[in-house]
Amino acid sequence: MAEGARRNLPPLSLHVPEPKFRPGDAVDYADFDRGEPGAVVRPAIDADPATMREHSYSLVRVLDDEGKAVGPWDPRLEPERLVAMLRHMALTRAYDDRLYRAQRQGKTSFYMKCTGEEATSIAAAYALHRDDMCFPSYRQQGLLIARNWSLVDMMCQVYSNRADRLKGRQMPIMYSAKEASFFSISGNLATQYPQAVGFAMASAARGDTRIAAAWCGEGSTAEGDFHSACTFASVYRAPVILNVINNQWAISSFSGFAGAENTTFAARAIGYGIAGLRVDGNDALAVYAATEWAAERARSNAGPTLIEFFTYRAEGHSTSDDPTKYRSAEENVKWPLGDPIARLKQHLILIGAWDEERHAVMDREVAELVRAAQKEAEAQGILADGLLQHPFETMFEDVFEEQPWHLKEQSRQMLDERKKAGI
Amino acid sequence: MSATTVDAATKPMNMIQAINSALDIMMGRDPDIVVMGEDVGFFGGVFKATEHLQAKYGKTRVFDTPITELGIIGVAVGMCTYGLRPVPEIQFADYIYPALDQLVSEAARLRYRSAGEYTAPMTVRSPFGGGIFGGQTHSQSPEGIFTHVAGLKTVIPSNPYDAKGLLIASIEDNDPVIFFEPKRIYNGPFDGHYDRPVTPWAKHPSSAVPEGYYRIPLGKAAVVREGEAVTILAYGTMVHVATGVVAEMGIDAEIIDLRTLVPLDIETIEASVRKTGRCVVVHEATKTSGFGAELSSLVQERCFYSLEAPVERVTGWDTPYPHSLEWAYFPGPVRLSRAIEKVLEA
Repeated sequence: MAEGARRNLPPLSLHVPEPKFRPGDAVDYADFDRGEPGAVVRPAIDADPATMREHSYSLVRVLDDEGKAVGPWDPRLEPERLVAMLRHMALTRAYDDRLYRAQRQGKTSFYMKCTGEEATSIAAAYALHRDDMCFPSYRQQGLLIARNWSLVDMMCQVYSNRADRLKGRQMPIMYSAKEASFFSISGNLATQYPQAVGFAMASAARGDTRIAAAWCGEGSTAEGDFHSACTFASVYRAPVILNVINNQWAISSFSGFAGAENTTFAARAIGYGIAGLRVDGNDALAVYAATEWAAERARSNAGPTLIEFFTYRAEGHSTSDDPTKYRSAEENVKWPLGDPIARLKQHLILIGAWDEERHAVMDREVAELVRAAQKEAEAQGILADGLLQHPFETMFEDVFEEQPWHLKEQSRQMLDERKKAGI
Repeated sequence: MSATTVDAATKPMNMIQAINSALDIMMGRDPDIVVMGEDVGFFGGVFKATEHLQAKYGKTRVFDTPITELGIIGVAVGMCTYGLRPVPEIQFADYIYPALDQLVSEAARLRYRSAGEYTAPMTVRSPFGGGIFGGQTHSQSPEGIFTHVAGLKTVIPSNPYDAKGLLIASIEDNDPVIFFEPKRIYNGPFDGHYDRPVTPWAKHPSSAVPEGYYRIPLGKAAVVREGEAVTILAYGTMVHVATGVVAEMGIDAEIIDLRTLVPLDIETIEASVRKTGRCVVVHEATKTSGFGAELSSLVQERCFYSLEAPVERVTGWDTPYPHSLEWAYFPGPVRLSRAIEKVLEA
């Protein structure tokens, strides 16, 4: 029995966060303050973080509801560049749709879409140099696609097939592409954060010009790795961009379980004394502009930036969960920051660089590209083909650079056992 | 002592000096090597293993870090990705646990999960083991946690000569190495008689350390004493406890200093046990699931028909490392000699 009751003190109560909307609830975002497009000041590249506190609580927006680019963060990109960005976003969505279906058809074990979050990878990749090192989480396939990485290569990984460069060792979507400056994805969350800082520190120590960027979800900002990374980034003023993709859901846990009821994720930057920006993640121009600002800041030795990209995870966490079981289906429909592809399309049409017809043609083209890539990838096998994709002994390779005796012995043992069992 | 390449005259060194010399030589040879950790920079480390290195190689190659072990190892993985070869120090092995995820899930598996695209050629140095009244947070021997992980190498030197040669080999190794330094013997070999004066390294032959570059290959044990009666498998501080006990008992034991736990020198172990027919395994770490369990199992799997007696394990008790009862916990000469007697009598 609690002591307090006996001591005539008011009883304590434990607050356990609860999302506003659960399945079946009507969704109303009246409380959500998205600010005005163009209203947030664009600070000098070397601004003292202490002068940027309000940037952690406002929202950098460029596109207004009509699709017009407004305010100081408008990156003023050439229309051709914007069309290319739109196309990469559409390609990413088509790729996701295709592989989601492939998983449902039993061709592989698992898949994760980034629907609704495409801008947070693709517009960011456009604002970085191709050799800037990216330390992604598991929903940044857009980085590889924006860097024109081979769709076939990515699909072979998803299928763990004969042509999978990772030898079928990683779950689907845990890509690795050193040539694209894309780090090997870990399933353990936020581990990439201090790694990105370490890369950036090494680059700075060497007087190089490459910077690093990391991505994690709002849920995994609760990990110690996030906080160690922020500390290191701050202490050594590392040339790194720390992106938090606040898509509001970590599987079934809403962002309140990472602290969103009490503050923003961008505001974590304030405690570390680093620049923080809170940005409309569904506005490709705002994503580009914020990344460009942070990259220029890093490149000029002015230190790291923590960027919260506010977005919405439009689909389930992965093929392994059903979002209708834990959140209201209306959320996606009523989400006030809309869809990143629809918004960029609207902008391009408004400025006369695009139209519905060209958009429809593009959609058909990217769908065809993905279909052709899938055919090519599946010619190299699919996971459902079974254990025949990679020679058994490859399981024992790459544990160490040179295979020690115990792995040689176990490799032989496995082959002997299979042989004796006639399998 | 095993095969080495020596290119300079020797100098008497203790373990700290030998480790410092290895770091100095490697930093001079390879600009990719960086040393980082809590207090390792200006101060030169709480045990002085990194003394003078910052003054010699600069602050961007030898620097202090925030007190976050997970951050230290996570940052080191990122530095490896850039192409550096970090040698992070974890101030005490007892502090390494916050870094486990970065070591176990990241550094150890990076080569495997990326099929060789990315690697983590880092050497994590950390003082470990008890006998210094460090209580439960400055005395632990967590090597068994790391030997259990696929993709990590675990190295434990027992004297200045080996410490330098093994550290150089570890730094040159392209896989992550956990390099545990038995801090009880930093300044002198310790035979387990805590009530006797400390012997300095200067009186021990292994304190003659070449001033230049040499390496002792990983995965090669040293036969410290050849013998016919019983094989004693030891590493770190316990090599000296075993040496002392064998001398006191006046028995013809063969003492093997494993030096590297993973990869293990199984050939040397097998040859010895086949010859002696008896085996005692000794370590300071707790018993259950300790590395001694692995050794004992390997010996019975591979040498069963040569064994005259069950393999004995002499280890720390399965308790946290106590402060005041340190010497009741430490597997010292009394316990080791009883185990040897038991194996010899069987």
